[in-house]
Amino acid sequence: MINLLLFPILIPFLFAAILLFFPKKVKAQRIITIIGLLTALSSAFVLLWKVKTDGVQSLTLGSWAPPFGITMVSDMMSALLVTSSLLIGLFVVWFSFTSIGIEREKSFYYPAILFMLTGVNGAFTTGDIFNMFVFFEVLLMSSYVLIVLGGEKVQLRESIKYILVNIVSSSLFVITVGYLYSVVGTLNMADISIKLADIGQAGIVTVIAVLFLIVFGIKGAIFPLFFWLPGSYAAPPIPILTLFGALLTKVGVYAIIRTYTLFFTTDIGFTHELLMIVSILTIIAGCIGALAYFDVKKIIIYNIIIAVGVILFGASVMNESGMMGSMFYLIHDILIKGALFLLIGIIIHITGTSDLRKMGGLIKRYPVLGWSYLIAAFGLAGIPPLSGFIGKLLIIQGGFENELLWQSIFILASSLIVLLSAIRIFIYAFWGEEKGALDFHPKTYRHLLAPTITLVVLTVLYGVGSEYLVPFMTDATAVLLDPSVYSNAVFGGGK
Amino acid sequence: MKTNDLIMQTTTKVVFFIIFLFSIHIFFAGHYTPGGGFVGGLLMSSAIVLLLLAFDLKTVKEMLPINYTVVTAVGLLISLATAAGSIFFNVPFFTHVYDYFYLPLLGETSIHTAMFFDTGVYLVVVGVTMTIIQMIGGDE
Amino acid sequence: MEILMSILIGFLFMAAVYLILSRSLLRIIIGTGLLSHGTHLLLLTMGGLGGKAAPVLSDGVTDYADPLPQALILTAIVISFGVTAFSLVLAYRTYNELGTDNMDLMKGTEDND
Repeated sequence: MINLLLFPILIPFLFAAILLFFPKKVKAQRIITIIGLLTALSSAFVLLWKVKTDGVQSLTLGSWAPPFGITMVSDMMSALLVTSSLLIGLFVVWFSFTSIGIEREKSFYYPAILFMLTGVNGAFTTGDIFNMFVFFEVLLMSSYVLIVLGGEKVQLRESIKYILVNIVSSSLFVITVGYLYSVVGTLNMADISIKLADIGQAGIVTVIAVLFLIVFGIKGAIFPLFFWLPGSYAAPPIPILTLFGALLTKVGVYAIIRTYTLFFTTDIGFTHELLMIVSILTIIAGCIGALAYFDVKKIIIYNIIIAVGVILFGASVMNESGMMGSMFYLIHDILIKGALFLLIGIIIHITGTSDLRKMGGLIKRYPVLGWSYLIAAFGLAGIPPLSGFIGKLLIIQGGFENELLWQSIFILASSLIVLLSAIRIFIYAFWGEEKGALDFHPKTYRHLLAPTITLVVLTVLYGVGSEYLVPFMTDATAVLLDPSVYSNAVFGGGK
Repeated sequence: MKTNDLIMQTTTKVVFFIIFLFSIHIFFAGHYTPGGGFVGGLLMSSAIVLLLLAFDLKTVKEMLPINYTVVTAVGLLISLATAAGSIFFNVPFFTHVYDYFYLPLLGETSIHTAMFFDTGVYLVVVGVTMTIIQMIGGDE
Repeated sequence: MEILMSILIGFLFMAAVYLILSRSLLRIIIGTGLLSHGTHLLLLTMGGLGGKAAPVLSDGVTDYADPLPQALILTAIVISFGVTAFSLVLAYRTYNELGTDNMDLMKGTEDND
């Protein structure tokens, strides 16, 4: 099965196309979506195992020779990301059954989610820079649909800004690809990597590198390009917010890591220094935001920005520990952000508000929710042995190895702020006197809690069992640190 | 909005079929020369838009009782199925094949899997364009 | 020729930026349209403007234009067509729902919902 690496992309697409036939039959939609996601997920696991045993998988579409056709490449990093994005998709869909509302389910909610997963997985898998643009557009178009679905006033207002920002950034993407094409004359990422290494340290290459940082920085919400994110992400309902918060910024982060490890390795002194400074500034901006708001959604949304900064810092130091830490933290962040958004989703469902000052005392009636929130918050901050710990440890170790003393200490300090911001939600929402509308149907509560608890347990397992994940992460890091592995897989007998 | 423009309506009845046939021509021309599913689909939807201009939405819906979402879905499935056919032969996705066949009336004809893919594209374009136009024009 | 194209592209971008920064929603959408036109022209110019014949296989022609930028532009046109259509629908819905197409009135602070 040489087409195996395409299955996590094609299966959601196929099921989304099938779902378009009967938008009004909600029950059938739900069942088929779950079946589709489970099939895709199992194919992703098979792919993961295949990449682990046989190394990087590559396939050039249409049987063309590698630099000419569109190449799809699945290395360990993209296989891991594909698997975790499908996993999050599954939990979000499960959570949506009771929370999204029948009206949205009838207006192409599930097909939009599946199309978005197609785009996300495609962007993770593709080995062609223009094809990456196409997959970005696929996921953006579906995200436009998702963000405006339901048509509330605030959604319409915010989605216009979201679409506008993304149109501009997509245009920049195409412009940058145009520049890159004029320099190297190819679009195949492996080929670009080889040709750029031949060109060496040229000014235009650095310009292109910075342009790519801007393009993907808008999607990945780095400083100062995150301005659109808090407003837009707060508009749609919780399951959609979860999907966006857990996945969409990570696509941008993935693209930055991929281009900065594969293409722009000749002028590290400038490009990666810039990346490091930007990542530190991103963390500062995120920390300020996370402490400034009393809105639970906004607090967690600003935590996305902090995480983006931490991951990019790990990638910018370009050594083994830092890179491996970034990989650990990237997957951790997808899972933990999913869990946290679902948890605050339940809190918002119970209290009917997202304002911290209007809620309180939930621990008495909802102890399970309270304790699982606490575990997730500790995991977010990176308290051992929970999931965030190992990633952050390795990132800081990488920083120290490159003698970036202050920056590493800064990242440590930012963990405290993350902890503070997450615990603030716990204190306000769960302690104190009972406030807010507390008459909540216990059955709905249980239905919402089931996927959330499962996801929290999964993050705990991710933290406790990180020892078993080390071989996977080592493989991912090896490809990132040595671009020739990637290009050999594309051009050599990587079939 | 109810228009009652006799010249427009009479002309449209003829011109619609001319545009329709031209779109089919462009679609098949894409085989070896410029053309193809995308332009063909756009032409087809422009023909339907002409109908919408001459008559109103309700009349056109009675003339062409088509659910354009289903058209889109069918198009997507046709395209996907054509491209995915290669999976069963264990060759890379999108690998295309062609051969020459003797068809009655047409004689020696070359048939290419890309044509089936383009059929899907044609349907998707018509479906998506018409869905959007109906969405804007739908409510007064 | 490349210089001329660059000036043209710059002009398109200039107009696009001006329109995007204006208040009316419709002007903004027209601005994004111009932006993508400029992008497509840039892509064409970046591939080099040489080549006399269309990149379609025929006898006796050796001086083909570079087909790759053309393929990329076609893809980008299709995508920007879709995005523009979507944003038009969205602008229309927003206008109906919020009763304004003025971006200043859509700021969405706590007291201005």
